[in-house]
Amino acid sequence: MVNENLVTDVVKEPYKYGFVTDIETEKIAKGLNEDIIRLISQKKEEPQYLLDFRLKAFKKWQKMDEPDWAGLGYKQIDYQDIIYYSAPKQKDKISSLDEVDPKLLETFDKLGIPLTEQKKLTNVAVDAVFDSVSIATTFREELAEHGVIFCSISEAVKNHSDLIEKYLGTVVPASDNYFAALNSAVFSDGSFVYIPKGVTCPMDLSSYFRINSGDSGQFERTLIIAEESSSVSYLEGCTAPMFDTNTLHAAVVELIALDDASIKYSTVQNWYAGDEEGVGGIFNFVTKRGKCLGKRSKISWSQVETGSAITWKYPSCLLLGEESVGEFYSVALTNNLQQADTGTKMIHVGPKTKSTIVSKGISAGNSINSYRGLVKMGTKSAGSRNYSQCDSMLIGDQASANTFPYIKSQQPNSEIEHEASTCRISEDQLFYLQSRGIEFEEAVSMMVSGFCKDVFNQLPMEFAAEADKLLALKLEGSVG
Amino acid sequence: MQSQMKESGPLLEVENLSASTENLPILKGVSLTVYPGEIHAIMGRNGCGKSTLSKIIAGHPSYNITNGEIKFSGENINSLGPEERAQSGIFLGFQYPIEIPGVSNLEFLRVSTNARRKFLNKEELDTFDFEELVKEKLELVKMDHAFLSRSVNQGFSGGEKKRNEILQMALLEPKIAILDETDSGLDIDALRIVASGIKKISNAQTGIILITHYQRLLDEIKPNYVHVMSDGQIIKTGGSDLALELEKKGYEWTDNFIKET
Repeated sequence: MVNENLVTDVVKEPYKYGFVTDIETEKIAKGLNEDIIRLISQKKEEPQYLLDFRLKAFKKWQKMDEPDWAGLGYKQIDYQDIIYYSAPKQKDKISSLDEVDPKLLETFDKLGIPLTEQKKLTNVAVDAVFDSVSIATTFREELAEHGVIFCSISEAVKNHSDLIEKYLGTVVPASDNYFAALNSAVFSDGSFVYIPKGVTCPMDLSSYFRINSGDSGQFERTLIIAEESSSVSYLEGCTAPMFDTNTLHAAVVELIALDDASIKYSTVQNWYAGDEEGVGGIFNFVTKRGKCLGKRSKISWSQVETGSAITWKYPSCLLLGEESVGEFYSVALTNNLQQADTGTKMIHVGPKTKSTIVSKGISAGNSINSYRGLVKMGTKSAGSRNYSQCDSMLIGDQASANTFPYIKSQQPNSEIEHEASTCRISEDQLFYLQSRGIEFEEAVSMMVSGFCKDVFNQLPMEFAAEADKLLALKLEGSVG
Repeated sequence: MQSQMKESGPLLEVENLSASTENLPILKGVSLTVYPGEIHAIMGRNGCGKSTLSKIIAGHPSYNITNGEIKFSGENINSLGPEERAQSGIFLGFQYPIEIPGVSNLEFLRVSTNARRKFLNKEELDTFDFEELVKEKLELVKMDHAFLSRSVNQGFSGGEKKRNEILQMALLEPKIAILDETDSGLDIDALRIVASGIKKISNAQTGIILITHYQRLLDEIKPNYVHVMSDGQIIKTGGSDLALELEKKGYEWTDNFIKET
């Protein structure tokens, strides 16, 4: 039913989240060194083990080179020209939402994420992150009744230190890659979720990431732990103002699913993409990975990537537990001069593990859209299966689409299946729709929505409608 | 009063129309006038320009009008886009209806119906009201409700595609319908269904142009005029008996007209 309302209420407007909230912020000096890291850690009153974790990561990062294998074209990032901590000024301890600066509440209101008691979304608990800090988390008491912990990662460090110490960096080690190392050194906030044994989380959990300042990077870290036989659906949304400079966003997301647990992680990414000439926009260099540690555990990623000047992101699954399941459903849309290099890694370690990959790339304008994925069957993965489907749609004749599937199998008794297709919206299809009175752009978005249906069907209801509208909006003026 | 006078004027006037695609001339001076309530048939060999004429009237972007004009309800529509023509009441039934994967037939029909209704200043229909309307129209073409949940024309048989075209016509209630070989690829039963659908939809205000090779459709829907096209021109116009004669004598017979002219 996703296509129901699709394009009818498309608003003719540019990036509508491009406003800046005028708010006093506390920023530290630009630049990156050990002192800065100590300062961030000190501001957050962190225990020693976490400072050590950061410093170790920083040492590793210094020895690493920025990866260039994705062949993305962008100006060298000056890591000393970035502010690594920026937070709206507010009282030290906030006991209730009433104490939050109304400007911040207003900002999230404007973004469609009301946080106040009267207005908050009824079926979703939200953790709202503004630049480097978490502003508020709704429905905490209700969730606590079920034993579910949903809070900012900074709070988790204070109140649930044992869990942080046990799990942080176990899925994405600091040494994993250049941006993960950077994040491990300087991460400021993010969300933490813990679902206890046997609990089905009573509502969807959601984090909303807002970058507000133009010169600071956002380095959030999310950690989700699903204990035995528990399940949770988690949504993530992102927006940023329009600046003519590039802002770095290097996040790390770690998911852990124990026996019979399931985690569904959905993202609608709509960071500012830069203008038509490719000026400005977010560099979205993100490491997301889930560990299916337990038997029959399941981790499902679904993402709709429409924003960012550059996206470099591969939500992956490590399938360790016997019969564990990994899924990746992705729609990536690029327009103008956007570049997206996105895909997944499905690492089958345990026996009888199963993974599904459905990737839909849509490239319009002069953009480059690549699927890059790895399916690996390890020596002990007997009886495992993978199915991959990678479809690309081209709009116009200046855009490009690439597919780079890497397949490694060390196990003769496992199956890997890969299908790929490329299509272009044909003039005949457009004419057919137009000859029934449907406007040109509406016709294009109908076809794009149709192309993405397999993925949209995986998204939670409210997200699917949102995603559909977003695609229509992004495609305005991209054709013809 | 003035609008009434307009109603009684011609619906469609194609005047000395020449058109080309990729610099290749296809139409070489076609003239055709259709009044409300009239049924015209256009016959002729494959490649004579019949389909091109229908596409140009509907506004296909691949063709350039090099001379002449198309008027609809007295207004020149040469520069209108296909969606504007459709909204104002021109309908083209495709010879080969296009498959649109992923787009549900129901949603497609609803969006297009609403586009036409909006133009007519009628209220747009929500999903429920549209369901009611479409149910009623499905009867006309004896289509099963299950067609609505499938992707537009995808995996439809030839006959199903053609019936889907007539269903669209029934929903859009055009002022003029050009049906391009709607009868080709149909078995006898399907042909009857399609023909009776067309008859039920058409009325004294509608004009219909049937492009066809076969007499059997014209047995079901009797045209007021039959035009024979050859090499981008209408070379002969007559009554319904012209079609019968053509059926008997074949297109070779019409070659003589060209020699004469």
